[in-house]
Amino acid sequence: MNQLATALPGTFRLGLARGAIELKQFFRQKEHALFTFSLPPFLLLILGSVFRQAFDNDGTAVSQMFTASMIGSGIISTSFVSMGIGVALDREDGTLKRLRGTPLPAVAYFLGKIVLVGVSSVAQVVLLLTIGLLMFDLTLPTDPARWVTFAWVFVLAVVTCSLLGIAVSSVARSAQSASSVTNFPYLGLQFISGVFINPITMLPTAMVTVSSFFPVKWICQGFRAVFLPEHMAAREMAGSWELGMIALVLSSWCVLGLALCRLTFRWTNTGR
Amino acid sequence: MHTIDVRGLAKAYRGVPAVRNLDLAVPRGEIFALLGPNGAGKTTTVEILEGHRARDAGTVRVLGEDPARAGYAWRARLGIVLQTATDAAELTVAETVRHFARYYPNPREVDYVLDACGLTEKASARVRRLSGGQRRRLDVALGIIGKPELIFLDEPTTGFDPEARRQFWDLIRLLASDGTTIVLTTHYLEEAETLADRVAVIARGEIVAEGEPDTLGGRATAEATVRWTDANGVHTKQTGTPTALINQLSSGTEELAELTVSRPTLEDIYLELIGGRP
Repeated sequence: MNQLATALPGTFRLGLARGAIELKQFFRQKEHALFTFSLPPFLLLILGSVFRQAFDNDGTAVSQMFTASMIGSGIISTSFVSMGIGVALDREDGTLKRLRGTPLPAVAYFLGKIVLVGVSSVAQVVLLLTIGLLMFDLTLPTDPARWVTFAWVFVLAVVTCSLLGIAVSSVARSAQSASSVTNFPYLGLQFISGVFINPITMLPTAMVTVSSFFPVKWICQGFRAVFLPEHMAAREMAGSWELGMIALVLSSWCVLGLALCRLTFRWTNTGR
Repeated sequence: MHTIDVRGLAKAYRGVPAVRNLDLAVPRGEIFALLGPNGAGKTTTVEILEGHRARDAGTVRVLGEDPARAGYAWRARLGIVLQTATDAAELTVAETVRHFARYYPNPREVDYVLDACGLTEKASARVRRLSGGQRRRLDVALGIIGKPELIFLDEPTTGFDPEARRQFWDLIRLLASDGTTIVLTTHYLEEAETLADRVAVIARGEIVAEGEPDTLGGRATAEATVRWTDANGVHTKQTGTPTALINQLSSGTEELAELTVSRPTLEDIYLELIGGRP
């Protein structure tokens, strides 16, 4: 036997192979994984059609603002909710137990999850953008600086929310409870973060003070900064887009999420 | 050097001992069965050998390495057949086996494994549509795809019909004939008897008996039970010398109907060993 024939497959290649398998399973599944993907576009279609009126004194439709916020909500669903349920499900159905008995490095498993979250989040954004462009007067920014903002808000949001989702999956004792443990904070925070109620300044200040401690408000604000005209910044709590603050809050949650994952990750639901 | 070498293994959960001072040696190429009631320490022992559980004391060598410290290269030489997994539901059988083959440096042919496990006809079926027995055969396929030197089988034929069980035993014998070492836990004593070269009975965290299935627990030298029917009805007699008894009985002219001589079955011995005999 030569050295080549016995060398272990590379972690990165295995991660991509895991990603392909994860995507296959995700899009063949009819239940909750796909539900986390289709709920945000569905909400956008329904609620966007309700918010048809324009803000006073300018031509920006409320639905336009709502679409921008929903892009944030959409990728939180495809990262936080999908990861929280997905990892809990992998723990419950024995996927993790089986992988642990193979030479697959744990890193490759998580690379596969990153591929799944990355692809489904991009698909989610494309779907929401298409709805926004066709139905709700959304326009694509032409300024390259806005696309730079889009890129870092997207990456930081997806990574942070995925880590928090994995951490939350360990709190849940089953895939069933993971669904409530992820959806409850997700839905609750959307209400107090000015996603469904536009603009955010209509909410009681105390409520926004609470939501300002969590990522949802900042992620959605980031996408409003990308997709809304400059003068709409006046309708934010601070009267500006606060890009620095967005970066700071999301990075802090990212570090916290990573620490929580390392502390709480379990391979099985039975004790050690 | 043995494939598995365990000395003085101990493990307790919150002060309650699950395994205490357990010794075990399994040579290469052997089919070794670990028998024991639930809660006897069977699963704890196997999980320590698999590197999935930490031990409190003792030395453990599996394929020459300490499972608590061994890396991915060691894991690639090991096959674990799970009992309760319902994973990969949306993939097809062939996709699943092909995917797992990628994890190993030197895997078996996917088609060979599908055929050996009787899954060729189900290759393009979704895993969720498999019957219980087919699902277990897929678990076995995933356990052997990496061409392991050592396979752990946890109650592998639970839910199999008799024919599937026989096919499975043939597969295990085939693997063993290649020099693969096989450790199986089972509730079916018949399975241990036909399949295993050696069995160990574990009870209350200790090995209480170990040996070939035919001689376990003094089975071969135990008193035989002779049973026959004559005009007076059914008779049974325990004796250390059954041949002499039969000679004596057959000296008359009367036909001895339904004459049988039996040693204790493996089940009798097993129940006695684990203290479950009524």
